[in-house]
Amino acid sequence: MSDDSSAADADADLPEGVERRPFGGRERLSTRGAQVYGEPVDSDGWRAWDAGRSKLGAMLELGMDTGLVGGESVLYLGAASGTTVSHVADFAGPTYAVEFAPRPVRDLLGVAEDRDNLFPLLKDARDPESYAHVVESGIDCLVMDVATRGQATVAVRNRQFLADDGRLLMAVKARSEDVTAEPDDVFDDVLAELDSAYELLETARLDRFHADHLGIVARPK
Amino acid sequence: MTDAWFAGADPDDPESGATRVRTGRAPAPADWPAEAVDAGFAADETDYYAKLRSATLAAASEAVAERERADDVQLAHAVRAMDDAERTANELAERVVEWAGTLYEEVPRGLDGVRDIAERDPKTAAEERVVSYATRAVDLLDERDDLRAFIEERAPTTAPNLAEMAGPVLAARLIALAGGLESLAKKPSGTVQVLGAEDALFAHLKGRATSPKHGVIFTHEYVRGTRPGDRGSAARALAGKLSIAARVDHYSGDYRPDLHAELADRMETIRARADEEADE
Repeated sequence: MSDDSSAADADADLPEGVERRPFGGRERLSTRGAQVYGEPVDSDGWRAWDAGRSKLGAMLELGMDTGLVGGESVLYLGAASGTTVSHVADFAGPTYAVEFAPRPVRDLLGVAEDRDNLFPLLKDARDPESYAHVVESGIDCLVMDVATRGQATVAVRNRQFLADDGRLLMAVKARSEDVTAEPDDVFDDVLAELDSAYELLETARLDRFHADHLGIVARPK
Repeated sequence: MTDAWFAGADPDDPESGATRVRTGRAPAPADWPAEAVDAGFAADETDYYAKLRSATLAAASEAVAERERADDVQLAHAVRAMDDAERTANELAERVVEWAGTLYEEVPRGLDGVRDIAERDPKTAAEERVVSYATRAVDLLDERDDLRAFIEERAPTTAPNLAEMAGPVLAARLIALAGGLESLAKKPSGTVQVLGAEDALFAHLKGRATSPKHGVIFTHEYVRGTRPGDRGSAARALAGKLSIAARVDHYSGDYRPDLHAELADRMETIRARADEEADE
Protein backbone atom coordinates (compact mmCIF):
# COMPACT_ATOMS: atom_id res chain seq x y z
CA MET A 1 0.00 0.00 0.00
CA SER A 2 1.29 3.51 -0.74
CA ASP A 3 2.41 5.62 2.17
CA ASP A 4 0.40 8.64 1.11
CA SER A 5 -2.85 6.83 1.78
CA SER A 6 -5.53 9.45 2.19
CA ALA A 7 -9.27 9.79 1.71
CA ALA A 8 -8.80 9.61 -2.05
CA ASP A 9 -6.99 6.33 -1.58
CA ALA A 10 -9.51 4.86 0.85
CA ASP A 11 -10.57 2.14 -1.57
CA ALA A 12 -7.15 0.58 -1.17
CA ASP A 13 -8.24 -0.69 2.26
CA LEU A 14 -11.38 -2.29 0.92
CA PRO A 15 -11.49 -5.86 -0.35
CA GLU A 16 -11.37 -6.34 -4.09
CA GLY A 17 -14.95 -6.24 -5.31
CA VAL A 18 -16.01 -3.58 -2.81
CA GLU A 19 -15.88 0.03 -3.97
CA ARG A 20 -16.96 3.45 -2.83
CA ARG A 21 -19.17 4.84 -5.55
CA PRO A 22 -21.52 7.80 -5.77
CA PHE A 23 -25.18 7.10 -5.06
CA GLY A 24 -27.52 10.08 -4.91
CA GLY A 25 -24.57 12.45 -4.59
CA ARG A 26 -22.97 10.55 -1.71
CA GLU A 27 -20.03 8.14 -1.74
CA ARG A 28 -21.24 4.78 -0.48
CA LEU A 29 -19.89 1.26 -0.21
CA SER A 30 -21.11 -1.00 -2.97
CA THR A 31 -20.66 -4.45 -4.48
CA ARG A 32 -21.59 -5.83 -7.86
CA GLY A 33 -24.41 -8.35 -8.05
CA ALA A 34 -28.14 -8.92 -8.35
CA GLN A 35 -30.29 -6.51 -6.34
CA VAL A 36 -31.67 -7.92 -3.08
CA TYR A 37 -33.46 -5.50 -0.77
CA GLY A 38 -34.41 -2.49 -2.88
CA GLU A 39 -30.97 -0.88 -2.53
CA PRO A 40 -29.92 1.64 -5.20
CA VAL A 41 -28.07 0.15 -8.18
CA ASP A 42 -25.96 2.25 -10.55
CA SER A 43 -25.71 1.89 -14.32
CA ASP A 44 -22.66 -0.40 -14.06
CA GLY A 45 -24.51 -2.89 -11.86
CA TRP A 46 -22.96 -1.80 -8.53
CA ARG A 47 -25.43 -1.82 -5.67
CA ALA A 48 -25.13 0.31 -2.55
CA TRP A 49 -24.25 -1.53 0.67
CA ASP A 50 -26.27 0.07 3.43
CA ALA A 51 -24.08 0.25 6.56
CA GLY A 52 -27.19 1.07 8.58
CA ARG A 53 -28.62 -2.34 7.73
CA SER A 54 -25.43 -4.33 7.85
CA LYS A 55 -23.00 -4.70 10.75
CA LEU A 56 -20.18 -5.86 8.48
CA GLY A 57 -20.92 -2.90 6.19
CA ALA A 58 -20.60 -0.63 9.24
CA MET A 59 -17.26 -2.21 10.19
CA LEU A 60 -15.91 -1.52 6.69
CA GLU A 61 -17.43 1.96 6.62
CA LEU A 62 -15.73 2.78 9.94
CA GLY A 63 -12.39 1.70 8.47
CA MET A 64 -11.82 -1.34 10.67
CA ASP A 65 -9.01 -3.56 9.37
CA THR A 66 -11.06 -6.63 8.49
CA GLY A 67 -8.26 -8.36 6.60
CA LEU A 68 -10.73 -9.07 3.78
CA VAL A 69 -9.10 -8.98 0.35
CA GLY A 70 -11.80 -10.49 -1.86
CA GLY A 71 -12.19 -14.05 -3.09
CA GLU A 72 -11.78 -15.68 0.34
CA SER A 73 -13.89 -18.52 1.70
CA VAL A 74 -16.46 -17.33 4.24
CA LEU A 75 -18.59 -18.95 6.92
CA TYR A 76 -21.36 -16.51 7.80
CA LEU A 77 -23.33 -17.26 10.98
CA GLY A 78 -26.64 -15.46 11.43
CA ALA A 79 -27.28 -14.80 7.75
CA ALA A 80 -30.94 -13.86 8.37
CA SER A 81 -32.67 -12.98 5.10
CA GLY A 82 -29.35 -12.39 3.35
CA THR A 83 -28.98 -8.60 3.32
CA THR A 84 -25.31 -8.64 4.31
CA VAL A 85 -24.36 -12.08 3.07
CA SER A 86 -25.50 -11.09 -0.43
CA HIS A 87 -22.81 -8.39 -0.49
CA VAL A 88 -20.25 -10.81 0.95
CA ALA A 89 -21.00 -13.38 -1.75
CA ASP A 90 -20.58 -10.62 -4.36
CA PHE A 91 -16.87 -10.17 -3.50
CA ALA A 92 -15.91 -13.40 -1.66
CA GLY A 93 -15.32 -16.97 -2.79
CA PRO A 94 -17.36 -19.93 -1.47
CA THR A 95 -19.75 -18.46 1.09
CA TYR A 96 -21.58 -20.68 3.58
CA ALA A 97 -24.62 -18.91 5.08
CA VAL A 98 -26.02 -20.40 8.31
CA GLU A 99 -29.37 -19.24 9.64
CA PHE A 100 -31.58 -20.90 12.23
CA ALA A 101 -35.04 -19.40 11.59
CA PRO A 102 -37.06 -20.79 8.65
CA ARG A 103 -38.85 -17.58 7.65
CA PRO A 104 -35.72 -15.53 6.83
CA VAL A 105 -34.20 -18.55 5.05
CA ARG A 106 -37.12 -18.38 2.62
CA ASP A 107 -35.74 -14.95 1.55
CA LEU A 108 -32.13 -16.13 1.77
CA LEU A 109 -32.97 -18.82 -0.79
CA GLY A 110 -33.94 -16.11 -3.27
CA VAL A 111 -30.60 -14.39 -2.70
CA ALA A 112 -28.74 -17.69 -3.17
CA GLU A 113 -30.59 -18.49 -6.41
CA ASP A 114 -28.88 -15.46 -7.98
CA ARG A 115 -25.39 -16.33 -6.71
CA ASP A 116 -23.30 -19.38 -7.66
CA ASN A 117 -21.02 -19.21 -4.61
CA LEU A 118 -23.62 -18.87 -1.84
CA PHE A 119 -24.63 -22.01 0.06
CA PRO A 120 -27.64 -21.56 2.40
CA LEU A 121 -27.89 -23.81 5.46
CA LEU A 122 -30.91 -23.94 7.78
CA LYS A 123 -28.86 -24.90 10.84
CA ASP A 124 -28.23 -23.80 14.42
CA ALA A 125 -24.89 -21.99 14.84
CA ARG A 126 -24.73 -23.23 18.45
CA ASP A 127 -24.47 -26.79 17.07
CA PRO A 128 -21.56 -26.77 14.56
CA GLU A 129 -21.58 -30.57 14.23
CA SER A 130 -24.89 -30.25 12.40
CA TYR A 131 -23.10 -28.55 9.49
CA ALA A 132 -19.47 -29.67 9.85
CA HIS A 133 -20.20 -32.37 7.26
CA VAL A 134 -20.96 -29.60 4.73
CA VAL A 135 -18.76 -26.62 5.59
CA GLU A 136 -15.12 -27.14 4.69
CA SER A 137 -12.17 -26.65 7.04
CA GLY A 138 -9.60 -23.90 6.56
CA ILE A 139 -12.16 -21.10 6.12
CA ASP A 140 -10.52 -17.68 5.64
CA CYS A 141 -13.16 -15.61 7.34
CA LEU A 142 -15.81 -16.34 9.97
CA VAL A 143 -18.46 -13.61 10.06
CA MET A 144 -20.80 -13.61 13.04
CA ASP A 145 -23.99 -11.68 13.45
CA VAL A 146 -26.12 -13.88 15.67
CA ALA A 147 -28.62 -12.09 17.88
CA THR A 148 -28.71 -14.72 20.60
CA ARG A 149 -27.41 -15.03 24.12
CA GLY A 150 -23.98 -16.67 24.27
CA GLN A 151 -22.50 -14.99 21.19
CA ALA A 152 -18.92 -15.57 22.41
CA THR A 153 -19.61 -19.28 22.99
CA VAL A 154 -20.83 -19.58 19.41
CA ALA A 155 -17.63 -17.91 18.17
CA VAL A 156 -15.47 -20.29 20.22
CA ARG A 157 -17.36 -23.38 19.08
CA ASN A 158 -16.99 -22.37 15.43
CA ARG A 159 -13.25 -21.69 15.74
CA GLN A 160 -12.63 -25.19 14.27
CA PHE A 161 -13.71 -24.05 10.80
CA LEU A 162 -11.15 -21.23 10.60
CA ALA A 163 -7.72 -21.48 9.01
CA ASP A 164 -4.92 -20.66 11.45
CA ASP A 165 -4.35 -17.34 9.70
CA GLY A 166 -8.10 -16.74 9.26
CA ARG A 167 -10.14 -13.89 10.69
CA LEU A 168 -13.15 -13.65 12.96
CA LEU A 169 -15.35 -10.65 12.16
CA MET A 170 -18.03 -10.35 14.77
CA ALA A 171 -20.73 -7.88 15.70
CA VAL A 172 -21.87 -8.26 19.32
CA LYS A 173 -25.32 -7.02 20.18
CA ALA A 174 -25.35 -6.05 23.86
CA ARG A 175 -29.10 -6.39 24.18
CA SER A 176 -29.03 -10.01 23.03
CA GLU A 177 -26.90 -10.94 26.03
CA ASP A 178 -28.74 -8.96 28.68
CA VAL A 179 -31.30 -6.21 28.08
CA THR A 180 -30.68 -4.62 31.46
CA ALA A 181 -26.88 -4.66 31.74
CA GLU A 182 -24.63 -1.81 30.66
CA PRO A 183 -23.37 -2.54 27.11
CA ASP A 184 -19.74 -1.99 28.19
CA ASP A 185 -20.04 -4.69 30.86
CA VAL A 186 -21.57 -7.08 28.33
CA PHE A 187 -18.76 -6.39 25.84
CA ASP A 188 -16.10 -6.98 28.53
CA ASP A 189 -17.61 -10.39 29.31
CA VAL A 190 -17.78 -11.34 25.63
CA LEU A 191 -14.16 -10.30 25.01
CA ALA A 192 -13.01 -12.22 28.07
CA GLU A 193 -14.67 -15.39 26.82
CA LEU A 194 -13.32 -14.95 23.27
CA ASP A 195 -9.83 -14.81 24.77
CA SER A 196 -9.81 -18.60 25.22
CA ALA A 197 -9.74 -19.19 21.46
CA TYR A 198 -8.94 -15.90 19.76
CA GLU A 199 -6.38 -13.12 19.77
CA LEU A 200 -8.07 -9.72 19.54
CA LEU A 201 -6.85 -7.44 16.77
CA GLU A 202 -9.31 -4.56 16.87
CA THR A 203 -12.61 -3.53 18.43
CA ALA A 204 -14.84 -0.56 17.69
CA ARG A 205 -18.29 0.55 18.72
CA LEU A 206 -20.67 0.52 15.74
CA ASP A 207 -23.04 3.04 17.36
CA ARG A 208 -22.90 5.46 14.43
CA PHE A 209 -24.83 2.80 12.50
CA HIS A 210 -26.03 0.27 15.11
CA ALA A 211 -26.79 1.25 18.71
CA ASP A 212 -25.10 -0.84 21.43
CA HIS A 213 -23.12 -3.03 19.04
CA LEU A 214 -19.41 -3.80 19.23
CA GLY A 215 -17.45 -4.75 16.12
CA ILE A 216 -14.62 -7.22 16.73
CA VAL A 217 -11.74 -8.36 14.51
CA ALA A 218 -9.78 -11.33 15.88
CA ARG A 219 -7.64 -14.23 14.74
CA PRO A 220 -7.45 -17.79 16.08
CA LYS A 221 -4.93 -18.49 18.83
CA MET B 1 -15.31 -43.87 5.74
CA THR B 2 -16.09 -40.19 5.77
CA ASP B 3 -18.87 -38.13 7.40
CA ALA B 4 -19.00 -35.82 4.36
CA TRP B 5 -22.39 -34.75 3.07
CA PHE B 6 -21.59 -36.35 -0.30
CA ALA B 7 -20.76 -39.77 1.21
CA GLY B 8 -23.23 -42.21 -0.28
CA ALA B 9 -24.96 -39.47 -2.30
CA ASP B 10 -25.55 -39.89 -6.01
CA PRO B 11 -23.39 -37.26 -7.81
CA ASP B 12 -26.07 -36.83 -10.47
CA ASP B 13 -29.00 -36.46 -8.08
CA PRO B 14 -29.08 -33.25 -5.98
CA GLU B 15 -31.98 -34.71 -3.97
CA SER B 16 -29.86 -37.48 -2.49
CA GLY B 17 -27.21 -34.92 -1.49
CA ALA B 18 -29.92 -32.67 -0.02
CA THR B 19 -31.08 -35.39 2.33
CA ARG B 20 -27.52 -35.87 3.58
CA VAL B 21 -27.09 -32.09 4.01
CA ARG B 22 -30.21 -32.03 6.17
CA THR B 23 -29.64 -35.09 8.31
CA GLY B 24 -25.87 -35.64 8.34
CA ARG B 25 -23.44 -34.65 11.09
CA ALA B 26 -19.70 -34.63 11.56
CA PRO B 27 -17.54 -34.15 14.65
CA ALA B 28 -15.32 -31.72 12.75
CA PRO B 29 -14.99 -30.13 9.31
CA ALA B 30 -12.43 -31.36 6.75
CA ASP B 31 -11.21 -30.36 3.33
CA TRP B 32 -14.41 -31.56 1.72
CA PRO B 33 -13.76 -30.15 -1.78
CA ALA B 34 -10.48 -32.10 -2.06
CA GLU B 35 -12.02 -35.24 -0.56
CA ALA B 36 -14.92 -35.07 -3.01
CA VAL B 37 -12.56 -34.86 -5.97
CA ASP B 38 -10.43 -37.72 -4.61
CA ALA B 39 -13.53 -39.83 -4.08
CA GLY B 40 -14.65 -39.20 -7.64
CA PHE B 41 -17.83 -37.43 -6.50
CA ALA B 42 -16.81 -34.27 -8.37
CA ALA B 43 -14.54 -33.78 -11.38
CA ASP B 44 -12.83 -30.72 -9.91
CA GLU B 45 -13.38 -27.94 -7.37
CA THR B 46 -15.72 -25.97 -9.64
CA ASP B 47 -17.84 -29.04 -10.22
CA TYR B 48 -17.85 -29.72 -6.46
CA TYR B 49 -19.17 -26.25 -5.62
CA ALA B 50 -21.85 -26.54 -8.31
CA LYS B 51 -23.01 -29.83 -6.77
CA LEU B 52 -22.80 -28.40 -3.26
CA ARG B 53 -24.91 -25.46 -4.36
CA SER B 54 -27.67 -27.66 -5.82
CA ALA B 55 -27.73 -29.82 -2.71
CA THR B 56 -27.78 -26.96 -0.19
CA LEU B 57 -30.44 -25.04 -2.12
CA ALA B 58 -32.65 -28.13 -2.29
CA ALA B 59 -32.02 -28.99 1.39
CA ALA B 60 -32.77 -25.49 2.67
CA SER B 61 -35.88 -25.14 0.56
CA GLU B 62 -37.27 -28.52 1.72
CA ALA B 63 -36.45 -27.78 5.36
CA VAL B 64 -38.09 -24.34 5.19
CA ALA B 65 -41.22 -25.71 3.54
CA GLU B 66 -41.48 -28.47 6.13
CA ARG B 67 -41.03 -26.16 9.11
CA GLU B 68 -43.34 -23.47 7.75
CA ARG B 69 -46.11 -25.92 6.91
CA ALA B 70 -46.00 -27.36 10.42
CA ASP B 71 -49.25 -27.20 12.32
CA ASP B 72 -48.03 -24.87 15.07
CA VAL B 73 -46.89 -22.32 12.50
CA GLN B 74 -50.31 -22.51 10.83
CA LEU B 75 -52.03 -22.00 14.19
CA ALA B 76 -49.88 -18.97 14.95
CA HIS B 77 -50.72 -17.39 11.60
CA ALA B 78 -54.42 -18.16 12.02
CA VAL B 79 -54.67 -16.48 15.43
CA ARG B 80 -52.79 -13.40 14.22
CA ALA B 81 -55.07 -13.25 11.17
CA MET B 82 -58.11 -13.59 13.44
CA ASP B 83 -56.93 -10.63 15.51
CA ASP B 84 -56.22 -8.60 12.36
CA ALA B 85 -59.68 -9.35 10.99
CA GLU B 86 -61.37 -8.34 14.22
CA ARG B 87 -59.36 -5.15 14.67
CA THR B 88 -59.95 -4.11 11.07
CA ALA B 89 -63.66 -4.99 11.20
CA ASN B 90 -64.05 -2.79 14.28
CA GLU B 91 -62.29 0.04 12.55
CA LEU B 92 -64.53 -0.24 9.47
CA ALA B 93 -67.58 -0.56 11.73
CA GLU B 94 -66.87 2.76 13.38
CA ARG B 95 -66.85 4.48 10.01
CA VAL B 96 -69.96 2.65 8.81
CA VAL B 97 -72.02 3.59 11.86
CA GLU B 98 -70.77 7.17 11.76
CA TRP B 99 -71.59 7.53 8.08
CA ALA B 100 -74.88 5.60 8.16
CA GLY B 101 -76.03 7.85 11.02
CA THR B 102 -76.07 10.76 8.58
CA LEU B 103 -78.25 8.85 6.08
CA TYR B 104 -80.62 6.76 8.22
CA GLU B 105 -82.79 7.60 11.23
CA GLU B 106 -82.17 4.51 13.35
CA VAL B 107 -78.75 2.89 13.38
CA PRO B 108 -77.92 0.36 16.14
CA ARG B 109 -74.47 0.90 17.65
CA GLY B 110 -71.37 -1.19 17.02
CA LEU B 111 -71.13 -4.42 15.08
CA ASP B 112 -74.90 -5.01 15.28
CA GLY B 113 -75.33 -1.70 13.47
CA VAL B 114 -72.98 -2.83 10.73
CA ARG B 115 -74.87 -6.09 10.16
CA ASP B 116 -78.12 -4.10 10.11
CA ILE B 117 -76.82 -1.61 7.53
CA ALA B 118 -75.40 -4.36 5.33
CA GLU B 119 -78.91 -5.86 5.01
CA ARG B 120 -80.49 -2.63 3.79
CA ASP B 121 -81.60 -1.85 0.28
CA PRO B 122 -79.76 1.29 -0.87
CA LYS B 123 -81.83 3.99 -2.59
CA THR B 124 -79.21 6.65 -3.32
CA ALA B 125 -75.62 6.60 -4.50
CA ALA B 126 -74.40 7.49 -1.00
CA GLU B 127 -76.50 4.73 0.57
CA GLU B 128 -75.10 2.31 -1.96
CA ARG B 129 -71.57 3.15 -0.86
CA VAL B 130 -72.28 2.88 2.84
CA VAL B 131 -74.16 -0.42 2.44
CA SER B 132 -71.36 -1.83 0.29
CA TYR B 133 -68.79 -0.72 2.86
CA ALA B 134 -70.83 -2.34 5.63
CA THR B 135 -70.87 -5.57 3.62
CA ARG B 136 -67.06 -5.64 3.60
CA ALA B 137 -66.99 -5.23 7.37
CA VAL B 138 -69.52 -8.06 7.77
CA ASP B 139 -67.42 -10.26 5.48
CA LEU B 140 -64.41 -9.60 7.68
CA LEU B 141 -66.41 -10.53 10.77
CA ASP B 142 -67.44 -13.78 9.09
CA GLU B 143 -63.79 -14.40 8.20
CA ARG B 144 -62.86 -13.87 11.84
CA ASP B 145 -65.47 -16.44 12.88
CA ASP B 146 -64.18 -18.91 10.29
CA LEU B 147 -60.63 -18.40 11.54
CA ARG B 148 -61.77 -19.01 15.09
CA ALA B 149 -63.51 -22.22 13.98
CA PHE B 150 -60.31 -23.30 12.22
CA ILE B 151 -58.27 -22.66 15.39
CA GLU B 152 -60.80 -24.50 17.54
CA GLU B 153 -60.61 -27.49 15.26
CA ARG B 154 -56.82 -27.53 14.82
CA ALA B 155 -55.46 -26.60 18.25
CA PRO B 156 -56.59 -29.80 20.01
CA THR B 157 -54.70 -31.99 17.52
CA THR B 158 -51.59 -29.79 17.43
CA ALA B 159 -51.34 -29.28 21.21
CA PRO B 160 -53.95 -31.40 23.01
CA ASN B 161 -52.99 -30.57 26.60
CA LEU B 162 -52.35 -26.91 25.96
CA ALA B 163 -55.63 -26.52 24.06
CA GLU B 164 -57.57 -28.28 26.82
CA MET B 165 -56.01 -26.20 29.56
CA ALA B 166 -55.90 -22.78 27.90
CA GLY B 167 -58.71 -23.14 25.42
CA PRO B 168 -57.87 -23.35 21.70
CA VAL B 169 -57.58 -19.61 21.05
CA LEU B 170 -55.35 -18.82 24.04
CA ALA B 171 -53.28 -21.90 23.19
CA ALA B 172 -52.76 -20.55 19.68
CA ARG B 173 -51.90 -17.10 21.08
CA LEU B 174 -49.25 -18.54 23.39
CA ILE B 175 -47.75 -20.52 20.52
CA ALA B 176 -47.73 -17.39 18.34
CA LEU B 177 -46.12 -15.24 21.05
CA ALA B 178 -43.46 -17.83 21.83
CA GLY B 179 -42.66 -18.36 18.13
CA GLY B 180 -43.80 -21.98 17.89
CA LEU B 181 -44.71 -24.93 20.11
CA GLU B 182 -41.08 -25.98 20.51
CA SER B 183 -40.02 -22.52 21.70
CA LEU B 184 -42.98 -22.42 24.07
CA ALA B 185 -42.02 -25.83 25.44
CA LYS B 186 -38.51 -24.57 26.12
CA LYS B 187 -39.56 -21.43 27.96
CA PRO B 188 -39.54 -21.35 31.75
CA SER B 189 -42.98 -20.96 33.27
CA GLY B 190 -42.12 -17.46 34.53
CA THR B 191 -41.74 -16.40 30.90
CA VAL B 192 -45.00 -18.08 29.90
CA GLN B 193 -46.70 -16.18 32.74
CA VAL B 194 -45.78 -12.79 31.21
CA LEU B 195 -45.93 -13.62 27.47
CA GLY B 196 -47.75 -10.73 25.86
CA ALA B 197 -46.74 -8.30 28.63
CA GLU B 198 -43.28 -7.57 27.21
CA ASP B 199 -43.59 -3.79 27.55
CA ALA B 200 -44.43 -4.07 31.23
CA LEU B 201 -41.69 -6.65 31.72
CA PHE B 202 -38.98 -4.49 30.19
CA ALA B 203 -40.18 -1.47 32.20
CA HIS B 204 -39.77 -3.67 35.27
CA LEU B 205 -36.32 -4.93 34.26
CA LYS B 206 -35.18 -1.36 33.77
CA GLY B 207 -36.40 -0.62 37.28
CA ARG B 208 -39.29 1.60 36.31
CA ALA B 209 -42.18 -0.60 37.39
CA THR B 210 -43.28 -3.57 39.42
CA SER B 211 -43.08 -6.96 37.75
CA PRO B 212 -46.12 -7.85 35.64
CA LYS B 213 -48.27 -10.60 37.15
CA HIS B 214 -49.63 -11.89 33.88
CA GLY B 215 -49.51 -11.40 30.13
CA VAL B 216 -52.00 -12.82 27.67
CA ILE B 217 -53.01 -15.59 30.12
CA PHE B 218 -55.06 -12.87 31.84
CA THR B 219 -57.84 -13.78 29.41
CA HIS B 220 -58.09 -17.20 31.09
CA GLU B 221 -60.98 -17.65 33.48
CA TYR B 222 -58.61 -18.96 36.16
CA VAL B 223 -56.85 -15.58 36.24
CA ARG B 224 -59.58 -13.11 35.35
CA GLY B 225 -62.14 -14.90 37.52
CA THR B 226 -59.89 -14.83 40.59
CA ARG B 227 -60.05 -11.84 42.93
CA PRO B 228 -57.25 -9.29 42.27
CA GLY B 229 -55.31 -10.11 45.46
CA ASP B 230 -54.91 -13.75 44.42
CA ARG B 231 -54.38 -13.24 40.71
CA GLY B 232 -50.60 -13.39 40.98
CA SER B 233 -50.83 -16.84 42.59
CA ALA B 234 -53.43 -17.95 40.06
CA ALA B 235 -51.33 -16.73 37.13
CA ARG B 236 -48.24 -18.46 38.50
CA ALA B 237 -50.08 -21.75 39.01
CA LEU B 238 -51.69 -21.60 35.58
CA ALA B 239 -48.43 -20.67 33.81
CA GLY B 240 -46.63 -23.52 35.56
CA LYS B 241 -49.11 -26.09 34.30
CA LEU B 242 -49.34 -24.48 30.85
CA SER B 243 -45.62 -24.81 30.34
CA ILE B 244 -45.76 -28.46 31.43
CA ALA B 245 -48.68 -28.96 29.02
CA ALA B 246 -46.65 -27.40 26.18
CA ARG B 247 -43.71 -29.70 26.98
CA VAL B 248 -45.88 -32.80 27.00
CA ASP B 249 -47.50 -31.71 23.72
CA HIS B 250 -44.16 -31.03 22.05
CA TYR B 251 -42.18 -34.00 23.31
CA SER B 252 -44.80 -36.74 23.56
CA GLY B 253 -48.16 -35.56 22.26
CA ASP B 254 -50.17 -37.71 24.72
CA TYR B 255 -53.18 -36.35 26.48
CA ARG B 256 -52.59 -36.30 30.28
CA PRO B 257 -55.81 -35.98 32.28
CA ASP B 258 -53.95 -35.84 35.64
CA LEU B 259 -52.28 -32.59 34.60
CA HIS B 260 -55.64 -30.87 34.28
CA ALA B 261 -56.96 -32.34 37.54
CA GLU B 262 -53.89 -31.06 39.42
CA LEU B 263 -54.43 -27.56 38.13
CA ALA B 264 -58.11 -27.66 39.05
CA ASP B 265 -57.15 -28.70 42.61
CA ARG B 266 -54.59 -25.97 42.92
CA MET B 267 -57.02 -23.32 41.69
CA GLU B 268 -59.59 -24.50 44.17
CA THR B 269 -57.09 -24.02 46.99
CA ILE B 270 -56.20 -20.51 45.81
CA ARG B 271 -59.81 -19.48 45.45
CA ALA B 272 -60.69 -20.97 48.83
CA ARG B 273 -58.58 -18.21 50.40
CA ALA B 274 -61.21 -15.66 49.48
CA ASP B 275 -63.97 -17.76 51.05
CA GLU B 276 -61.94 -18.29 54.23
CA GLU B 277 -61.38 -14.59 54.62
CA ALA B 278 -65.07 -13.90 54.00
CA ASP B 279 -65.94 -16.35 56.81
CA GLU B 280 -63.64 -14.70 59.34
